[in-house]
Amino acid sequence: MAWYVDRVARVLVFAGGISAIVFIVGIFVFITKEGLDFVLGPLSLGEFFTSIAWRPTSNNPTYGALALIVGTASVTGFAMLLSVPLSLGAALFIAEFATGRTRETLKVLVEMLAAIPSVVWGFIGMSIMNPLIIRTFDVPVGLNVLNAGLILGLMAAPIMTTIAEDALKAVPDTYREAAEALGATRWEVIVKVVIPASRNGLLAAVLLGVGRGFGETMAVLMASGHAINLPTSPFDSVRALTATIAAELGDTVKGGAHWGSLFTLGILLFVVTFVINLTADIVVRGIRKK
Amino acid sequence: MVDTAARTTAANGVPGPVYDEPPIIEVRGLSIAYGGKPALQGVNLDIYRHEIFGIIGPANSGKTSFLRALNRMDAFTTGMKVGGAIRINGKDVSDWRNEYALRSRIGVVFPLPVGLPLTVYDNVAFSPRLRGIRKKAQLDEVVERCLTRAALWDEVKDRLDSLGSLLSGGQQQRLTIARALSQEPELLLLDEFSIAVDPVTTMRIEDVLKELRSELTIVLVTNLVQQARRLADRTAFFLMGELVEIGATEDLFEGKVKDKRTTGYIEGRFG
Amino acid sequence: MFTATRLNRRSYRTESVAKAVFCLMTVVLVIPVLLIVGTLVVKGAPAISWEFLFTAPTDNMTAGGIFPALIGTVWLVVVALLASVPVGVAAAVYLSEYAPDNLLTRTINLAIINLAGVPSIVHALFGFGAFVLFFDMGPSILAASLTLAVMTLPVVIVATRESLQAVPQAFREACWNMGATRWQTIRKVVLPNSISGILTGVILEVSRTAGETAPIMFTGATAFVAFLPGGVLDQTMAMSYHLYYIATQATDVPEELTFGVALVLIAIVLAMNAVSIAFRVYLRGLKKW
Repeated sequence: MAWYVDRVARVLVFAGGISAIVFIVGIFVFITKEGLDFVLGPLSLGEFFTSIAWRPTSNNPTYGALALIVGTASVTGFAMLLSVPLSLGAALFIAEFATGRTRETLKVLVEMLAAIPSVVWGFIGMSIMNPLIIRTFDVPVGLNVLNAGLILGLMAAPIMTTIAEDALKAVPDTYREAAEALGATRWEVIVKVVIPASRNGLLAAVLLGVGRGFGETMAVLMASGHAINLPTSPFDSVRALTATIAAELGDTVKGGAHWGSLFTLGILLFVVTFVINLTADIVVRGIRKK
Repeated sequence: MVDTAARTTAANGVPGPVYDEPPIIEVRGLSIAYGGKPALQGVNLDIYRHEIFGIIGPANSGKTSFLRALNRMDAFTTGMKVGGAIRINGKDVSDWRNEYALRSRIGVVFPLPVGLPLTVYDNVAFSPRLRGIRKKAQLDEVVERCLTRAALWDEVKDRLDSLGSLLSGGQQQRLTIARALSQEPELLLLDEFSIAVDPVTTMRIEDVLKELRSELTIVLVTNLVQQARRLADRTAFFLMGELVEIGATEDLFEGKVKDKRTTGYIEGRFG
Repeated sequence: MFTATRLNRRSYRTESVAKAVFCLMTVVLVIPVLLIVGTLVVKGAPAISWEFLFTAPTDNMTAGGIFPALIGTVWLVVVALLASVPVGVAAAVYLSEYAPDNLLTRTINLAIINLAGVPSIVHALFGFGAFVLFFDMGPSILAASLTLAVMTLPVVIVATRESLQAVPQAFREACWNMGATRWQTIRKVVLPNSISGILTGVILEVSRTAGETAPIMFTGATAFVAFLPGGVLDQTMAMSYHLYYIATQATDVPEELTFGVALVLIAIVLAMNAVSIAFRVYLRGLKKW
């Protein structure tokens, strides 16, 4: 009796276990299914990657995604410029310097940062940052690369900080003690021992941060200005891949070319984030092997 | 097969080993390896009913691996491979499709005490409940009897609802023994049980083991040579994954050995 | 003999400077949280009243309250939890208690990382293509909640797996040695000792689910319905989508009202997080072995 219950339970939890694979494959299958007609039909790869003319609703529609790709890249890049040093610095402080209550408080604040919903971030970009940027820099529009980049930087920071801190914590204390016993200061220990030993984990943290920024939708939609444009300065408005889908999907005809083109953007997003996550996983696995 | 000529300890009134019936455990050509590294090789031995069978030997001699194989623990130990045959009551342990039923008839006590994070009462009632005993009165009786035998009842009878995992190390070890007894096992495997227990309690438990011999068969792995001398009817000496010597405990301690490494170990010249 | 050399003093100074710089960076990172919450409270608090919480929006969203959106969010969260918690806990039990170290297990782990990393808008596309169209649920609470469930599944799995693995292996072996099956061991010893950790993860998932916007935009959230949802096949308003809508689509919405909505949303999310954190701290103090 107990033996049969055990068998049944084993099958049920196994089904739960493989559900993650089922869903990730399902996501790929369903977005590919809806995007396939477009990929095989109207899509011209040359136009898609080199033209900035995204005019899916015109009489003579064109589907150039270059401006969207550059838009996403510029916002993510700007965010990383801000976020990578701050996050790694914060991770070092929390893992190596802060102790006791300070440490706990900082960790809670970082968690709170991660908890703020993206639509609230977008709203902050529109209602607080926008007028602030207009006043401070005397520019006509405050919804631009700078605004979205700052917000995205703050949004991507918690995941980078947390994972980087985990990587630093994973360095055995015996390494630190051995170095300190030789007379090294804490700072020398960090530079010469801890950082080299956790290099891969820190790299994975940055990659996952990039993935987070790259895939963010609502905040970028609301704070970037949503204008098709190749930016030349941080004060230019841009449009992101994710935001394009969010803004346009509601107005498309199901099964039409515009519809298919948005799912094709989805395939692109899926593939890129998949590669980023896979790379991060391989990088992390690299440390475990050693 | 048994070279001790059925030497029993009936002198003090306690029934001794039964050497004229088929053995309860038959081990043939047993070899054990972890991830390809051999831990035990070519072991042949028999253990008889109502016997206390001692196993002595230095660290890494394969004593614990031997116990793990008896209980089919290879099923949940990654990398552990068991070759050869172990027959309990004439049936090969690997023929049990339901290995849980096999384990439920074998009580095991390991060196590090494990009090489950359940109440003391639930710890001891765990196994009876698995067997389907639900009646409160019946469970109460089992719990008290087993705790008493494990020399723990007096210390915990007023706090049966405190967590077993928060008892002291020595108490947890006696709780583990009580749990093993609550299985009403045919076979009790003890692996260096006295490591976490103070000497006085060790003596009390040793007395209990002597009494238990009338009900079941005990395999006692011990790092204390004198403990084997006090308790075991026959003793086996394992060294570096090999069964060096097996014989009546008295003979071994009196120097009647086939291999002089046995005497060397017993007299403490290495270990 | 034991006096500091110039070199010692210099490296000591370097260390103080480094510490100060990193401290500053951390502060720069966390200050915005306090600023944001502060601003939302100051600008949104005047809008909050019982009437705001318990009436529907009126006059093209430029007045009235948020009641239907609040109730909608509760519906979405509850249905999403009902779908994701059993699956997520089962997956975690498999990974922690059964899974051998093989290719399949590595693939499952990779899938979980990816499920958490795929952009929310891609989850939205999937939910639309799979639940709304293919399984013909139409835009509905069910479709939106299932999309949210798939998206937040990793949160449950990771939290549950961690708390299962915190139960020492020795307890399992002790049970197995008494003849308990794997499942009996899980049910009687492993799960009871990790249930609070699982709960922490579930609360965290509530917070994530309540705040998500993109996955529900096309799968079940709608800008305005006059009635409360009567079942899982109805469309519904939701707090997050409501904020997006009145901030970007509706016109002439008083600033105070929008800040009020943002304040309520962030209050829900942060309260859930706070509960989860408090729970975790409480658990750490509760030593069971």
